[in-house]
Amino acid sequence: MKLLDIAHSRTGDKGNTSIISLIPYDDRDFETLKQGVSAEKVRQWFQKLGDIQVERYEFPGLRALNFVISNALGGGVTHSLNLDRHGKALSSALLEMPIKKEK
Amino acid sequence: MKKIRIGSGAGYGDDRIEPAIDLINSANLDYIGFECLAERTIALAQNEKKQDPESGYNHLLEYRFEKILPAIKQHPTKVITNMGAANPLSAAKLVQKMAIDAGLKKLKIAVVTGDDVSSEIHKFMDEVTMETEHSLADLDKPIISANAYIGAKGISNALDEGADIVITGRVADPALFIGPLIHEFKQNYDNVDFLGQGTLLGHLLECAGQVMGGYFADEGRKDVPELWNLGFPFADFNEDGSIIMHKLAASGGLLSTETVKEQIMYEIQDPTKYFTPDVVADFSQVQVSQTEDGVKVTGATGHTKTGQLKVSVGYEDGYIIEGGISYGGSTAIQRAKLAGDVVKKRIDALKISVSELQIDYVGVDSLFHGVLDNTQAPNEIRVRFAARTSTLAAAGEIKREIEALYTNGPAAGGGVRTNTQQIIAIASVLIPESTVRIQHKFLEVR
Repeated sequence: MKLLDIAHSRTGDKGNTSIISLIPYDDRDFETLKQGVSAEKVRQWFQKLGDIQVERYEFPGLRALNFVISNALGGGVTHSLNLDRHGKALSSALLEMPIKKEK
Repeated sequence: MKKIRIGSGAGYGDDRIEPAIDLINSANLDYIGFECLAERTIALAQNEKKQDPESGYNHLLEYRFEKILPAIKQHPTKVITNMGAANPLSAAKLVQKMAIDAGLKKLKIAVVTGDDVSSEIHKFMDEVTMETEHSLADLDKPIISANAYIGAKGISNALDEGADIVITGRVADPALFIGPLIHEFKQNYDNVDFLGQGTLLGHLLECAGQVMGGYFADEGRKDVPELWNLGFPFADFNEDGSIIMHKLAASGGLLSTETVKEQIMYEIQDPTKYFTPDVVADFSQVQVSQTEDGVKVTGATGHTKTGQLKVSVGYEDGYIIEGGISYGGSTAIQRAKLAGDVVKKRIDALKISVSELQIDYVGVDSLFHGVLDNTQAPNEIRVRFAARTSTLAAAGEIKREIEALYTNGPAAGGGVRTNTQQIIAIASVLIPESTVRIQHKFLEVR
C-alpha cells in the first residue's frame, strides 16, 4: 500500500522551505500515519533534493500532519533554477511512499 | 447573532474575474477581498513605477473594475484589495475615474499606504535574511524595493470612516479579510483569539479557488465536479467567531472537509505560531465539520503579535537563461543525455561565465531530482537547461549553445525554445513595526 491509498496532500512553499501536508481520508488512519511516517522517514525519502531538514507538525483537531522541509527548493521561488520553482509537485512524490496499514 | 458575509475575488494577481462577479451578483455579500500580490510582484511593480510614476499597480486593475463596478452598483458590496501594489494612489485615481464614468454615486475610495519602507531599509542592512542566512549587506546586490507586510489597521480605520472600496499595497494577505471583521464587530486589536479566527478566515479565502477543489482534483480519488467552471468561496463569519464556508450551487468545484483541511494547512509551518502583523495565530486546535449550511470551521486562537514586520526586499539577481530540446523514440534518453553533455562541455570549453547550471530530463527527473525511480524509459524526453549568469552576454552565449544542438547535436532533436529573464529576487528581513506609519486617504465620487 502507498500513502496515496489512504491520504491526500498539498504542497506549499515559504522561501526555500517546502511544506507538505498529509491528511487521511478516514480519521481512523491518522494513527497509521503518525506511526508510519516520521520526520526522519520523510527526510530519507526526499534526500536527493539535497541537504534538507524535516520537521513534522501535528494538527490534532484536523487529524493530519504537516512536513516542513527546509532547504528543499534550490533557493526558493524567486531564485531557483528548478522547473517547478515552488516545488508544487512534491506532494505527489510523498504520496508514493509505501506504508503498512495498522491492524 | 450578527454575521458578516465575505467573498473571495482573486487568489493571485492574474486570477479569473468571472467567479468574483458571480459572487457579487448572487451571494449576497457584504464584502469581497481580492488578493493579488505574490512575493515578487511588488518588486516588479516598483520597477515599473520608476519608469512611469503613474504605473506600478496590478495590470488587471482596469479589466477587473470594468466588471466589478457595474456589479457593485446593482449589488452593493464593499471591495478590499491589494491591487494597488507599488502605487495604490494611482490605482485609486483610475478606479475613481471609472466609477464616475460608470455612473456610481456617493462612493468613498480609500488608499492605504505605509508599506513602502525603501527609504528606511538602509538601516537594516545587517539583518540576516530568511532565505539565505546572509545579511542584506552580504548579498551585495542592487536593492530595488522594500515593502513591509502591514496589518489590517489601515483597512479597518478606512472602513470606520465609511470607505466603500479600499485599495492597498503590500498588506499581509489575511489583513484584507480581518479589516472588515474588526470594523463590523467593533473589535480591538488586542482581542487575540478574535484575530486568530479572523486570520483563519483570511487564510481560507486568500487563495480563492484553492479551497473549492482547485489544486485538489485527482480523478478516482479526489473527483471535483465541473472543474472547468470552478467557483470562488464565500464565508459567513459569525459573532461567536465560527466560520461557515460556502459555495454557490451554480458554480463548479467542490467544497468539502477535505478541500478545507488542505487549505487550512497550506503553507503553515508550526501551527501554533502563524506569524502575521496583527497576531501570532494558533491553528493547532482548528476543527472542521460538514453541516447542512456549509463547512464549519472553528478553534483558531491567537497570541500577542511580535511587534516585528516581515519586509520583502527586491534585489537584482542577474539572469536566468532557460532552454530545452526534445528527443523521441526508444533511445530518446541516451540522446537527451548526450545533448546535456554537449552543452555542459561547450560551456566549460568556451569558459562561459556561469554561476550555476542545471540540466533536467523532463519525463524523468525534472520534478523530483531522482526521489522517485524511473524504471521505464519514456518515448519522449525534453532536455531542460537552466543557468544563472551575471551578464546578459553570458546568457546569450548559453542560448546559442542550446540552439546549436539542432545542427551540431544528437540525431533528431526538435522544438528548441529559449527564454532569458532578468531576475528580481526577494530576501526577507524583520523590522520593528514602529518603522512604518500606516495612513489612509480618500478619493470620493459624489
